[in-house]
Amino acid sequence: MGYPHPSHPREQVLLSKYFGDSGARTYAGWVDRGGYQGLRKALGMSREALIEEVKASGLRGRGGAGFPTGLKWSFMPKDDGKPHYLVCNADESEPGTFKDREIMRWTPHALIEGCALAAYAIAAERCYIYIRGEFTEPWSVMTEAVREAYANGVLGRNALGSGHRIDITLHRGAGAYICGEETAMMNSIEGKRGNPRIKPPFPAVAGLFGMPTTINNVETLAATPHIVLQGAAFYKSLCLGNPKSTGTKLISVCGHVQRPGNYEITMGTPMRELIYDMCGGMRPGRTLKAVIPGGSSVPIMTADEAETCITDYEGVIEKGSMLGSGGMIVMDDSADMVYQVWRLARFYAHESCAQCTQCREGTAWTTRILERILAGKGKEADFQLLLDLSEQMTGKTICVLSDSCAAPIVSGIQKFRGEFEAYMSGARRPALASAL
Amino acid sequence: MADELVSVTIDGAAVSVPKGMTIIEAAKQAGILIPHYCYHPSLPSPAVCRMCLVEVEKAPKLMPACVTTVTDGQVVHVNSAVAKKAREGVLEFLLINHPLDCPICDQAGECELQDYVFQEGRAGTRYAEYAKRYNPVEEFGPDVLYVANRCILCTRCVRFMDDVAQTPVLNVSERGDRAFIGISPEQTLDHAWAGNVVDLCPVGSLISKDFLHKARAWDLDKAPSVCPGCTQGCNMSIETRDDVVVRLRPRPNLEVNRHFMCDYGRLDYRWMNRGDRIEAPLVRQAERHVAVDWDTALDTLGRLASGAGSVVILASGRASVESLGLVRRLAGAGPVTAAIRVPIGDEAPLAGIPDLALRKERVPNLHGAAMLGYGPEWGAALRAAAGAGLVILLDVALSEEEERTLAGAAGRIVVLGTAVSGIDRRADLVLPVTSMAEENGVYVNRDYRAQRYHQAKPAPGMARPAWWIAGEVLAGQGPDRDAPSTASEAFDLVAAAFDAFAGLRHADLGFSGRRVAAPAGASR
Amino acid sequence: MSAAHGHPAEQVHEPVFVGETLAELERRFTEYPTKQALLLPALWMIQERRGWISEQAIGEVAAVLGLTPAYVKGVVTFYTMYHTHPVGRHFIQVCTTSPCGLCGAEETLRAIVEHSGCGELGATSPDGRFTVIEVECLGACGFPTPVLVDDDFIENVTPETVPALLERYR
Repeated sequence: MGYPHPSHPREQVLLSKYFGDSGARTYAGWVDRGGYQGLRKALGMSREALIEEVKASGLRGRGGAGFPTGLKWSFMPKDDGKPHYLVCNADESEPGTFKDREIMRWTPHALIEGCALAAYAIAAERCYIYIRGEFTEPWSVMTEAVREAYANGVLGRNALGSGHRIDITLHRGAGAYICGEETAMMNSIEGKRGNPRIKPPFPAVAGLFGMPTTINNVETLAATPHIVLQGAAFYKSLCLGNPKSTGTKLISVCGHVQRPGNYEITMGTPMRELIYDMCGGMRPGRTLKAVIPGGSSVPIMTADEAETCITDYEGVIEKGSMLGSGGMIVMDDSADMVYQVWRLARFYAHESCAQCTQCREGTAWTTRILERILAGKGKEADFQLLLDLSEQMTGKTICVLSDSCAAPIVSGIQKFRGEFEAYMSGARRPALASAL
Repeated sequence: MADELVSVTIDGAAVSVPKGMTIIEAAKQAGILIPHYCYHPSLPSPAVCRMCLVEVEKAPKLMPACVTTVTDGQVVHVNSAVAKKAREGVLEFLLINHPLDCPICDQAGECELQDYVFQEGRAGTRYAEYAKRYNPVEEFGPDVLYVANRCILCTRCVRFMDDVAQTPVLNVSERGDRAFIGISPEQTLDHAWAGNVVDLCPVGSLISKDFLHKARAWDLDKAPSVCPGCTQGCNMSIETRDDVVVRLRPRPNLEVNRHFMCDYGRLDYRWMNRGDRIEAPLVRQAERHVAVDWDTALDTLGRLASGAGSVVILASGRASVESLGLVRRLAGAGPVTAAIRVPIGDEAPLAGIPDLALRKERVPNLHGAAMLGYGPEWGAALRAAAGAGLVILLDVALSEEEERTLAGAAGRIVVLGTAVSGIDRRADLVLPVTSMAEENGVYVNRDYRAQRYHQAKPAPGMARPAWWIAGEVLAGQGPDRDAPSTASEAFDLVAAAFDAFAGLRHADLGFSGRRVAAPAGASR
Repeated sequence: MSAAHGHPAEQVHEPVFVGETLAELERRFTEYPTKQALLLPALWMIQERRGWISEQAIGEVAAVLGLTPAYVKGVVTFYTMYHTHPVGRHFIQVCTTSPCGLCGAEETLRAIVEHSGCGELGATSPDGRFTVIEVECLGACGFPTPVLVDDDFIENVTPETVPALLERYR
């Protein structure tokens, strides 16, 4: 649903049905609402059948990478004798994204159900749910829900009487966006600095504590009981665009719309419908200028591109950007694009882990250049400099944080060059007092 | 089981290397050095500096050569335009916060940042408008200074302390461009092997207080040597400026010390520069010592040696195989007691490397000496000296009590010495000899590895190697005399006289040494 | 060693991991295969009880988990939510990343800095009541401006609602 607003008729409400319904938080409330049936059914299936079902549904990772979930689960070794781990990525820190938070604070048992289901599928006896430190409400809600789940036999040595052991541990993050990267998350759980790891080795081979590991996003896991209960065919049928993008996606719309919130759309819903119908369109007197659809780590789209875009993985790629986490930042004509690009670069500079030279120095340098432009001291040569640095920051590092910093910069210059030039020529007054 | 080999082409050069080797190591086999910072063959590879990114055909992105293993048929381009551009980028990023310290930085001339920037960096900066990051200099330990501004965050130092020294004393603190190498106030960098972080640091960020501002890298002369500090026999290089030893550094030897040496050995070089040396041969005449020429001195020595009866040789554990061997022969066929002094200290292993430690026995040639008949029973030898016909002291520093014991000895005393000492007054003959820094020679380490060391500085005054002195006397007179004029020739004479060294020659030992057969029944 | 990057030390450090606190930590050992993995949870336990993590606390937790103080410090300084110096009785975190920035977060931040008496970011108000900092995306972009006061996550804060909000925290 478009929480905090009522569901829009064009939404496909699956995961968000109980957003705002505090009764859904308790174990009893969840069972009343049909909860844990999906898990029960899954525990009665063989692991292979379960993985096949998820593969057939077309579910793809909802955290940002869009990797086919069933395929990822199938990478885990079978009968290798090693402990397997499931990690639930609840670090949600991608600017613009606020969906996992809602899933956890309104339907914590939905996440527990999804985690238990996935843990069973990949033969993991322990799942760590890594919740970012700032999510204090999801933390306390999830803590209580896990306690209830153990008390009611959903978790523990004999999950739902299946004979299988499933344990969940909540692990609290402490303020690092980079820990949302799957290998950095594993390091963080292990009690280390949240530095991303080089791959290979891949998590399914040597991940958490060196053991085979699968990392999945909150939304991805919450979708799995629905797939098991209603069948892969049903989930696959939820598709209005490219057949490779199926099911529903929670789009976190924020910024300059009348009704910001989480909207659960069928994959392939036209973006203009999402923005203008579901979200109520622009504020009075305003026109759409730009959209960053996937959280901030993707190229900025112009209004034209957004208004003709199909909201699914392939559709957004066709328009030169990426669906990513689905954190959609909408900007109207009042937005200062240069200022926004600077503010995003500053975000990445703050969050860089410091391992790779290009990221450590590049995110900070590009931020300074943009600051200087905003302070009225920019020059024509800055364009080429920013593009050069962005190229050096793309495709050359252990993780894609520096690529993510480059994306808004490159697309910002490509599509909104005039705004940068206005600062350089003095046509626009400086927005910042001084550069450093 | 033979290693499976794979063929890979690097910059047009085809090489066959064992499966599992990284591209960076395979490139070395092809004679190509891939520029890098964080990689080091004795440390785990994190691939963070991004300097070693190379173009690999059919790979979608540039690959870090330090962690990418070779595959059969792989084609790698190290110096393509794309790879060079990437390196240029890394260098530019490293330089934006790096201070223009070259004029005052010890690393200048042996700095890997200077080297690569000069080779393929940009000619000018594009970062002119901003202040550089500033962090104050920190004293990490008794010898190590951290000049934070110069740090390129390669993390070699952190990995060395974590994984090789296994004493996590350093960390990376903070995040992003605020990061620096940190240390806890509760800890200090005083590990027995801490000085290696200075060698590992590619730039002048971690520097030695001992070496601070003493010499420019290009003023240094270097000689390959072997550390005389203990029986480990770490390969090292003696570095001098105007014939004064200013620094010792480890020399790589994968069989002995990998890339490291301990602080005890590293910092113990001041004795090599001592000025209080015996300058000329001295013969005792009544109560005085008179300086004489070598011919006179050698004649005197010959006379003393021939009519000796029982001989006791007390030698330094730093004496070479050549010197110990020929002096032993000089002692003749009669009863000989020969001993070397072996000071004992605490062992300090480098936990992460098997078989590498600062050893208890603080002499470099314990086994070499044993193979030549010198034992460690110093006390017994000293007592025997009191009643011997001839006592030969080879570069020993005696305690006052030991001097008194010998002063009252019945027989003749010959001192082959480096530094002047009290016993000289009692000696019948005092001959100046070279220290191990002033000669070529061989030591045999605790693994029975015979290793050559080379002369690093000229001998003072008229000093000669002890093997030369003994060799001259042994050669006698006559036109066919076979006196050795090089350490190599001296070694050949020793090999001819002592079974333990039979058949071995200097040329067999190269720069990394070679294992010789341990004598039967010998232990470490 | 040098005080260059030294953080303040406590006058006297009362051990944190004793009695019930130690028992609570030890109960969690069964959930992880290594003691090292308890580091982030243990650091939270220290901050929850003491309000910040001192050098001595770092030394203590290192000893309890079999790590070195330098190692622990490297971890503590990586994560921005751990305080390495004392802060006000109430710690305020205001998101200003782009999505919230587009919706007035900077004005909200200014209002909080002013009304709290802190005067500037990172400073503690003279009465010791508040410390205010600017943070990156808090994951509540649809409810601008989100503000964390201690563990209370408050949505939709505006300059107008700031005074009443701060009143609740003495």
